[in-house]
Amino acid sequence: MLLSVQKITKQFSVQRSLLGRPTAFVKAVDGVSIDVGAGEIVGVVGESGCGKSTLGRCAIGLYEPTEGAVFWDGLDIQKISEAKKKSIRRKFQMVFQNPYASLNPRQKIGDILREPLEVHGLLESSKRSGFVKELLDQVGLSKEDVDKYPHEFSGGQRQRIGLARAMACQPDLIVLDEPVSSLDVSVQASVLNLLSHMNRHRGIAYLFISHDLQVVGYLSQRLLVMYLGQVVEAGGTDEVLGNPRHPYTKVLLAASEGKGVKIEGEPPNPAQAPSGCPFHPRCAFAEERCRKERQPLLGNENGRKVACWKWDQL
Amino acid sequence: MTALSILHLLPTPPMEMTEGKVYFHGKDLGLLSETEWQGLRGPQIGMVFQEPTSSLNPVIPVGDQITEVLRTHTHLSDGEINSKIVSLLGEVGLPDPPRIMRQYPHQLSGGMCQRVMIAMAVACGPALLIADEPTTALDVTVQTQILDLLFRMTEEHRLSVLFITHNLKIVRGHADRVAILYLGLVVEEGAPDAIFDHPQHPYTEGLLAALPEVSQKGKDLFNITGTVPTPYEALHGCAFANRCPRVEERCRLENPKLDELTKGHKARCFYPSKR
Repeated sequence: MLLSVQKITKQFSVQRSLLGRPTAFVKAVDGVSIDVGAGEIVGVVGESGCGKSTLGRCAIGLYEPTEGAVFWDGLDIQKISEAKKKSIRRKFQMVFQNPYASLNPRQKIGDILREPLEVHGLLESSKRSGFVKELLDQVGLSKEDVDKYPHEFSGGQRQRIGLARAMACQPDLIVLDEPVSSLDVSVQASVLNLLSHMNRHRGIAYLFISHDLQVVGYLSQRLLVMYLGQVVEAGGTDEVLGNPRHPYTKVLLAASEGKGVKIEGEPPNPAQAPSGCPFHPRCAFAEERCRKERQPLLGNENGRKVACWKWDQL
Repeated sequence: MTALSILHLLPTPPMEMTEGKVYFHGKDLGLLSETEWQGLRGPQIGMVFQEPTSSLNPVIPVGDQITEVLRTHTHLSDGEINSKIVSLLGEVGLPDPPRIMRQYPHQLSGGMCQRVMIAMAVACGPALLIADEPTTALDVTVQTQILDLLFRMTEEHRLSVLFITHNLKIVRGHADRVAILYLGLVVEEGAPDAIFDHPQHPYTEGLLAALPEVSQKGKDLFNITGTVPTPYEALHGCAFANRCPRVEERCRLENPKLDELTKGHKARCFYPSKR
């Protein structure tokens, strides 16, 4: 398995004592597992604060999980040496949500794209400039753009630069954290087309994180629905969206199709997570049991999983 | 921008409404004095803004902010104002109104702030509500709640709504009429079903085809080529010409008019789609 995230939990301390010891925690991710195979697109959907970005950052090694392990190409990234990690790191890249904040405003595009090549010692230095131009061409920008600065580009173009930077190392997998959510509809379509081409023609796998179920559904083969740090439903995209079993997935799907849905309350603060099933205060079908204990994520042999006591009744 | 100029809220200078007129109940708003404007904004036209948390004053409890509106525009006593706010906050679905009234915007979530904004906008019983991207900054599940609330309130209070959004799906479900804007011009206008099922302007067609949907999986999304020209560029002919798949010589020279194609359905294009 290319990327394997196993039962990771990530806690952040939200309060510290006088001596600087953490006294209160918030669990941003709570026991989540996810596998991404070579060339696969796996989507993660959820509302703000559900832990999907934290999951992505743990998967790429930007955060160290509090519990659980992350495997790249079968190697536990917390146990391998830094040198070894650096050599594999080339294959695992990330594109960030905000294209205005993730490019250094004082660096020219050419330098931004050349840096990963230098860090990983890829190509002879004489060939790098040519390769950078090729990269720009591949993501639909002009070769003359190497001498421009980020502020000279629109949001969609910057997101293409972010993608080109991730592509520079010829990765096997890219974690995409809300790559299109800050873009206009028409620009969004062109970036999604580009991503889909890269996947088909170069076999790059994606862990695609988004709040938009239609975008994730359009691109991914499998998906996970997260709520308050936990996976509530997972499986093949067509099965999950064709026949959602968890009440939260049903609500998300109806809302994303523009249908009116009945749901009460707002996503709770992860620092004050409710007892039992995290979704019970907002669930139309909640009963006594849901308030007390949470149904663990149950799965069948096809990888279809759901965490709801009443999954077979709804 | 259109909404702000309707409400006379553009900072002048540098911005100014240079041409055209705005009528409200048959009255030309361009002739109003600043005092008359005060009597219009609030009591007759309410507004809900995009970013609920930043359009409320962060250092004043939300109850006091609604009080200010009612004190300026009505002759209610303090006691009456208080009970009016409690009932308004209850009506927009906020739990425990007396407690909410004393809270500052940062103590409320985005969805709750937007509920407060809606309560404030309808407080003086306006006839028209202008909602500028009221749900864009909110999570999907909260978005549906706020939309439900907004349209329930408009029905109960018999309000007209000018709803500004980039979200085509919301529009289809709720609007009676839709206008599509591109670069400061209405390019298409009509009933939502006509526009969504039989778009006439290539820009509208492109927008609809570019929406990613689960059912489109594996297919390339339609992509409007090029970028929106900046408002500073001098344009000849149709504003959409540089991105249009159906562009002809004429489009680059002349500016098309907003023509009525079928009853109530208008498009600004020399070559509307033939469907």
